[in-house]
Amino acid sequence: MSLTATAKAGPRPSGTGPGPDDGRATALRRTWRKASPYAYIAPFFTLFLAFGLFPLLYTAFVSLYRVELQTSGEMEWRGIANYTALFTDEYFWISLRNTFTIGVLSTVPQLAMALGLAHLLNYKLRGRTFIRTAILLPYATSVAAATLVFAQLFGRDFGLINYVIGLVGFDPVDWQTGTVASQIAVSSIVIWRWTGYNALIYLAGMQSIPHELYEAAEMDGASRWRQFIHVTLPGLRPTIVFTVIISTIGATQLFGEPLLFEGSISGGISHQYQTLGLYMYEQGWGFFHLGRAAAIAWVMFVLIVVLVGANALLVRRRARKEAGR
Amino acid sequence: MPIARAAKRATVRLGAVVLAGALLAACGSGDSSDSSDSAGGKVTLNVDLFGSFGFKEAGLYEEYQKLNPDVTIKQSDTQDEADYWKSLQTRLAGGGGLADVQGVEVGRIASVTQQQADKFQDLKEFGADKLKGEFAEAKWSAATTGDGKILGLGTDVGPEAMCYRTDLFEQAGLPTDREELAKKWATWDGYLELGKQYKKKAPTKSAWLDSVGSLYGIMIGQEKERYYDASGELIYEKNPAVKEAWDTSVEAAEAGLSAKLDQWSPQWNQAFAAGSFATIPCPAWMLGYVKGQAGDAGKGKWDIAELPGGAGNWGGSYLSIPRAAKHKEEAYKLIEWLTAPEQQAKVFQKQGNFPSSTGAIETIADAKDEYFSGAPIGRIFGEAAKESPVQVLGVHDQNVMQQITNALSEVERKGTSSDKAWQTAKKGVDNVIG
Repeated sequence: MSLTATAKAGPRPSGTGPGPDDGRATALRRTWRKASPYAYIAPFFTLFLAFGLFPLLYTAFVSLYRVELQTSGEMEWRGIANYTALFTDEYFWISLRNTFTIGVLSTVPQLAMALGLAHLLNYKLRGRTFIRTAILLPYATSVAAATLVFAQLFGRDFGLINYVIGLVGFDPVDWQTGTVASQIAVSSIVIWRWTGYNALIYLAGMQSIPHELYEAAEMDGASRWRQFIHVTLPGLRPTIVFTVIISTIGATQLFGEPLLFEGSISGGISHQYQTLGLYMYEQGWGFFHLGRAAAIAWVMFVLIVVLVGANALLVRRRARKEAGR
Repeated sequence: MPIARAAKRATVRLGAVVLAGALLAACGSGDSSDSSDSAGGKVTLNVDLFGSFGFKEAGLYEEYQKLNPDVTIKQSDTQDEADYWKSLQTRLAGGGGLADVQGVEVGRIASVTQQQADKFQDLKEFGADKLKGEFAEAKWSAATTGDGKILGLGTDVGPEAMCYRTDLFEQAGLPTDREELAKKWATWDGYLELGKQYKKKAPTKSAWLDSVGSLYGIMIGQEKERYYDASGELIYEKNPAVKEAWDTSVEAAEAGLSAKLDQWSPQWNQAFAAGSFATIPCPAWMLGYVKGQAGDAGKGKWDIAELPGGAGNWGGSYLSIPRAAKHKEEAYKLIEWLTAPEQQAKVFQKQGNFPSSTGAIETIADAKDEYFSGAPIGRIFGEAAKESPVQVLGVHDQNVMQQITNALSEVERKGTSSDKAWQTAKKGVDNVIG
């Protein structure tokens, strides 16, 4: 409909245009032309200002005070004391370490498995569309639902996983208490939810690799495995970088899974799987120390910026090296 | 480009911008119309609670609505008190989304009277001071501020006893009579001694006790002073009562008497029906919980005996009205009625929540509970309520206790040494108070 309207409006004779107050109209038009782009982006920036920038700055402001939720009207100036306290805070370092280890435990197998899955799905399989849709299902499941089911599976006394372990003849594992065991359990939820999503992204990347490359490789006598190593992987590099960045950000912000795993805001009895996000939540909404929580939020923010920046730098350096070759 | 067309396009663009702006404005203003007030003086009262207060279960809302046809009551509740409290604090700070009646746990009431007196309605304005004589003295004074404001009316209290599984006791060759047991475990040492006997002949996968956290909780409930002294100073580190409860709990953990379950966890819930433990420390409000989790299959298998080491109190609640509530006067009428002796007695009979109203305590003195093998709950809990100490409450009671029980769980589940776990608990408490 709009197409025909434009087409009709198009070939109108230009002679009818200019009127008596042509000068003023042109000036108005010029102003409008200059100003209108700003008007178009205004809605987004208004939203961003209200829900992005303002909270960010206000959080920075709050992080310089001692503020308790119960008495949020009284703010006591602390300067950078909230930040310096973090550096001597054992639980902060524990949660930082956990964020890192859970991040590695979940991201590495997740991306490796996604790559393998994508490679398999790239072949001509029966029911390919169905399988491609099916692997996205975990991604569509809510964090809460998935975590609650996994918490049942990982139950110490009545969990399915311990039951199977018992059948094989091993002692049951306390998936909640042990540091390594609990982190593996939490990571498995993340892996389950995100592997399919990453596989689809890789699949899209693989399909944009020109077929001639594979044909050429085949003519040179390269096996499937060598094709994967020497054609698929280099061709996927930008996609892999993207998923690594996204997964890194996701891992740094990991929150729902460790919170709901046992329903403990401390991330287990000895903080064994408490992530930074969860520690911030515990400080802010468990103990109501809003100032300290705000400081943690900013440290997390800076950390993510640094991580992503380092990532981008590595990628750029690599690209430059390749261009120079 | 022709002006007419350009102008038209500009108009369309401008229109889009205006529309977007209007949408934004609509988002911002929100729904300010008052949906709970309909015509004809009808009022909807929102009641927001945690755990199980038992008003709905005992049919009290229906009864009140019949007595007051103009009132409709809507209840929302959260199972876990800690989650409830978080959400309530957020709404109090923001000043919106508050119900007309909010439940407050006794572990939080000091925070309400000392830190948030300006956020709750002084019930004296509606004449609550005339009710003073109807409540247990300690219950009443805990909800009163230094300058005499009354910020809540008491619902239940948590007199303590010990629940146990008679069928498991029998299998392990222990006596099952509640009087005999009360004599045998008159002290906590006696209780642990019986536990060791139980362990020797216990059915497989059945421990003496659910968790050392609940053992600690019930023991600390027997003390007058716990984490704070009367002046509001934090004293848990040097309080011998805390040390004693800690040591007994550690002893139970090291002797392997515990099923190592976290209270309120899903696994703990499953364990009620599975028979993973033979005894569980039982404040009165736990009775309803046991019935709910163990189900009909557990009927007649449970019994209740007096608590080792004397009377104590764990928990109990209040009903309060936030200053930002919409229908304060109607809400007050409702909570006055809900906390009156007759209604408290009804809740007790249905749910086991023990009344804080002195009038109600008298009327239920002879109550027995069929589920718990006909145990005289009126007498057992009534005596415990009479003898339990008037506790000194502190602002961070709930959080301090959580840190200590977390550390005890480490002893229980990871075999951490007592000294090391105590250091962990102290660090945790510093982190909470910080």
